Amino acid sequence: MKNYLKTVNSDWFNQRITGVIMCIAAVFSVLFIRVFYLQVMEGETYRRLSENNSIRLQSVDAPRGLIFDANRSLLVDNRPSFDLGIILKDAKPLDETVAKLAGYLDIPAEEITAKIKSVKGVPSYKPVFVRRDIGRNAMAAVEVHKYDLPGVTINIRPVRHYINSLHASHLIGYLGEINSDELASKDYAGCRGGDYIGRFGVEKSYENVLRGERGGRQVEVNVRGQVVRVLKTVNAQPGKNLLLTIDEGLQKTAESLLSEKAGAVVAVDPDNGYILAMASNPTFDQNAFVSGLSHDEWNALLSNPDHPMTNKVLQGEYPPASTYKIVTAIAGLEEGVVDENTIFNCPGYYALGNRVFRCWKRGGHGKVDMYRAISESCDVYFYQVGVGVGVDKLAKYAQAFGLGERTKVRLDNESKGLIPTAEWKRKRMGEPWQKGETLTIAIGQGFNLVTPVQMATLVAAIGNGGTLYRPLIVQAIETADGGLVQPGTPYIAGRLNISEKTLALVRKGLWGVVNGKKGTARGSRLKGVEMSGKTGTAQVVGRKEGEELTKAAKEEVAHQFKDHAWFVAYAPSKDPKIAVAVIVEHGEHGSSAAAPIAKAVIQFYLDNKKSEYQAEKSVSYVKIPNNNHQITNNIQ
Amino acid sequence: MMFDRRLVQYFDWGLLGLVILLSGFGLTTLYSAVTAGGASPHHMLYTKQFMWYGVGLVAMIFSFLFSYKTIEKWADVIYVGCNGLLLAVLIFGKLAGGSQRWLLLGPISVQPSEIAKVAVIIILARYYSKYANDRGMSLKGLVTPMAYTLVPFLLIVNQPDLGTAMVIMLIAATMTIFVKIERRTLIGIIVTGMVSVPLVWFFLKGYQQQRIMTFLNPDRDPLGAGYHIIQSKIAIGSGMIGGKGFLKGTQNALSFLPEQHTDFIFSVLAEEWGFIGTTVLLLLFLFLILWGLNIAHGCRDNFGTILSVGVTALIAWQALINISMVMGLMPVVGVPLPFVSYGGSSIVTMMVCIGILLNVSMRRFLFEKG
Repeated sequence: MKNYLKTVNSDWFNQRITGVIMCIAAVFSVLFIRVFYLQVMEGETYRRLSENNSIRLQSVDAPRGLIFDANRSLLVDNRPSFDLGIILKDAKPLDETVAKLAGYLDIPAEEITAKIKSVKGVPSYKPVFVRRDIGRNAMAAVEVHKYDLPGVTINIRPVRHYINSLHASHLIGYLGEINSDELASKDYAGCRGGDYIGRFGVEKSYENVLRGERGGRQVEVNVRGQVVRVLKTVNAQPGKNLLLTIDEGLQKTAESLLSEKAGAVVAVDPDNGYILAMASNPTFDQNAFVSGLSHDEWNALLSNPDHPMTNKVLQGEYPPASTYKIVTAIAGLEEGVVDENTIFNCPGYYALGNRVFRCWKRGGHGKVDMYRAISESCDVYFYQVGVGVGVDKLAKYAQAFGLGERTKVRLDNESKGLIPTAEWKRKRMGEPWQKGETLTIAIGQGFNLVTPVQMATLVAAIGNGGTLYRPLIVQAIETADGGLVQPGTPYIAGRLNISEKTLALVRKGLWGVVNGKKGTARGSRLKGVEMSGKTGTAQVVGRKEGEELTKAAKEEVAHQFKDHAWFVAYAPSKDPKIAVAVIVEHGEHGSSAAAPIAKAVIQFYLDNKKSEYQAEKSVSYVKIPNNNHQITNNIQ
Repeated sequence: MMFDRRLVQYFDWGLLGLVILLSGFGLTTLYSAVTAGGASPHHMLYTKQFMWYGVGLVAMIFSFLFSYKTIEKWADVIYVGCNGLLLAVLIFGKLAGGSQRWLLLGPISVQPSEIAKVAVIIILARYYSKYANDRGMSLKGLVTPMAYTLVPFLLIVNQPDLGTAMVIMLIAATMTIFVKIERRTLIGIIVTGMVSVPLVWFFLKGYQQQRIMTFLNPDRDPLGAGYHIIQSKIAIGSGMIGGKGFLKGTQNALSFLPEQHTDFIFSVLAEEWGFIGTTVLLLLFLFLILWGLNIAHGCRDNFGTILSVGVTALIAWQALINISMVMGLMPVVGVPLPFVSYGGSSIVTMMVCIGILLNVSMRRFLFEKG
């Protein structure tokens, strides 16, 4: 009671309340007038519109972005799928309509009726889809008899069409129907049940770019459900187009070289990290995913022992074998364990304590220096470098090359590989590091695991003078009418902090692998241009000596235990335009199984590049005055 | 004091009768909205709404059992607790339809933003009952009430629930204008508002601007809000004078109306009962609002008066916004129609509001002697 109207008297409050009542009266007058207008004055009009529920929405699907190769050759486009639907409210009498439809299309009427019954919760003014992708002929049959088929509609929906199915399947990927979890998530706002979204490859990782924005129409329909007027239209926004970095011709070449084999080829441009080809075999048919795979087809793909659904370039983890000697050599030179004059004797084996480690060349290489050690791949030389450097320092160099980490190429499920350290082994196995294990690590056997894309990035960095580029798969994103949205700017992931001298010596060794008198890949020399590279033969599993197997069993398991063949290379040796990593599973020898593939890929690329290069050069000589030369070269 | 016989003698049966009429009309319409068409999966919502009315009744009785002086004492606790709940929603809340509004408490989910409306009314009523004077509020005096409003406002905007946040802002503004603002402060606020709107607009990103434009003009989105408004207008208009009859609404039956049992329930009512039905409903709301203001008028105590005005403003704003929205007079915001729309939190909040009005009304004699 104490503060009762201490400062405010009740008359004053009365005046405020009167003000509020005035406002309320005004607002309610507006509401009354509006209701009167809608229900009394315009009532007739609205009653008529409500009678047929005549204002309806029609959805317009947005075409998905197209995918091109580096030379603007079309790889993926869209084709129309004609979906047959029935609007139950308009399709009266239903039985008669269904019977007629069945006659025109040669589908049993029971099938249509069953389909209609199975679909629940669709409002009667929306179409129930009886059959999707009925084809042009069936569509024409329905359109001709349109006036005989009330309520029957054909919806045109764009679906994916992979022009070169079976080519670059892993890179491009495929689509799948959206599931309920995805529909609920924010990433797929604007999607509806039944939509297809990227499930693998570029289709998945660039989903947000490729997917367009659905449009629609507000239409007025008559009693038969036919559109009388289009009231409003929201245009569908097509998805954006992707210009990939791969070269279709090179991709096909790489794939044909892998046919009948399980393995992977990846080629990159050493000057920017653009992936020129990415092949993984066996592969799969992307078009089969468009209309949906059957359960059996899907299971067959998953249970194939050669893993067709795995992109081996990114997901395949293999011991690097002798290709790892590039890392060991650099570590040895940089750490001062060896220099260009260091000579080790290779009698064909190296003894550490009471264990003997063999060189692949049983008779031994004799006295070898760094150049011969690389070009002839002498294990004994690198055993000793490895012992001098030690496991942890070796790992440090490997990591600096990006091994043991994802390259962050924009594709899903990339594997990390594995670069072991003493710490890793202690944690993982609870045992201390053995000195002998350093020896096997030094020649790339043992715990080490790398992916082909990591090795391609590494060898490209050696070729370009030490710059590690992140591998790129998309060169540009463009709008449907050709406007550039985003260029695929090269991204430098790191630089090798090693001396010119080291790099030069290693490059000389790699040159010797192909061009030296006793180089391990001498058989794969190119015509007219020099290539540098490194072979590798990765042991699949240590076969236990003395284990007895029946002859039949031996043959059966023989293939599975054959070594993997590696070859990593770049060319031309002086100013490389292409770097390649090849793995052939169970191909046995790098020199015989992998190097010829790399050679053919490089040959194809340089032959095509050379003509391009020369054409541009001749044009510049004819049309552009000499003082512009410098600029022209820079653009190239 | 609690068992004073005069409490019964002064009980506001008229207000209770008005609410019973409104609820009856609401439940009838809801029955139509959830059962018509046969394809509707909402049948059991009707039973649930009855249950919510039961809960609401308990909440209402609880709200007038103790003197509103007790409510004034507990204002801080209610306010802080409510903001705690809002914070909890943002952290542990249940996601539904892209926003986080519900808090799961055992088997039931509650919407703390509804409680926040009442909490803000109570704390502002207490503040203004102490500091309001006939000169009006100065800028300095407005700092605290602004803070009181902004905390829950921002928490609710973040859910995001723009409709509820807007209602809280409007209630706070109504209460503030009711207790009067100094002329120069009022002019200052208006000018600042007019200057800052274009500035804020300038800083918004393109898509945010688009969203606001669509919000203000649903015709820009003919496939979403624009389409809903057209269907709602067809439903209302097609009711004509006498309506299509109970359970005979075709727009409703064919699910042409979005959210026909919550935000767009007025359209169902208008389609089936016509101009006669809408007039009755509007009059019921008008009477309810005037009744609330009359209670404020009859109260002899600052807190009680301002509290009654705040609570009445809440009912009024919700009804006005909802009805204007479905008739295409206002942007589409998710604000339910009091006593009619389906929704537990909304019903319980409305019943608490009625409980508070009853509370103030039945205790007016306590001050008459003074």
